[in-house]
Amino acid sequence: MPMKAEDIKALILESIPDAQIEITDLAGDGDHYSAKVISKSFEGMNRVKQHQAVYAALKGRMGGELHALALQTETPNS
Amino acid sequence: MTNPALNEIDQIVKNNDIVLFMKGNAQFPQCGFSSAVIQVLDYMGAPYKDVNVLETDEMRQGIKEYSDWPTIPQLYVKGEFVGGCDIVREMFQSGELKSLFEEKGLLDAA
Repeated sequence: MPMKAEDIKALILESIPDAQIEITDLAGDGDHYSAKVISKSFEGMNRVKQHQAVYAALKGRMGGELHALALQTETPNS
Repeated sequence: MTNPALNEIDQIVKNNDIVLFMKGNAQFPQCGFSSAVIQVLDYMGAPYKDVNVLETDEMRQGIKEYSDWPTIPQLYVKGEFVGGCDIVREMFQSGELKSLFEEKGLLDAA
């Protein structure tokens, strides 16, 4: 089942409240998104940990309900 | 209940310098994300092992548990999880992947 961009954003914000999030629906099918997430909480984490934090926020939907989310994570001053 | 594939995955990761767990194999990737990483690895020219996770359900599930990472492909270098497609692509573009391979002495043969 496809997910809405707003739902993805809301889930991420629930776990990472300071996140600045840009979501793009790549194919217009509600199933292939790209997301850029910027948060101060990523400081000191490597990319794997940063992505894991976002995946954790999505509570198991990544790889299931949410088929494709190309992810880019950054800290505010990078 | 522990997935028996976890042990097998651990062995593969530890016994190969560069391993890509993917959908399909290097000759016939069965997913665009896996294919993208293969292109990067082929370009880099370092030898790598490809593992097709679609061969068994245990492997397909186990690889997600092994590094607590929900998607495939997954790249491992010298026993360490490097990332999935997005991270590999980003590291390739920034030159970090090349530095990592050089640092680990994986480009000498090329």
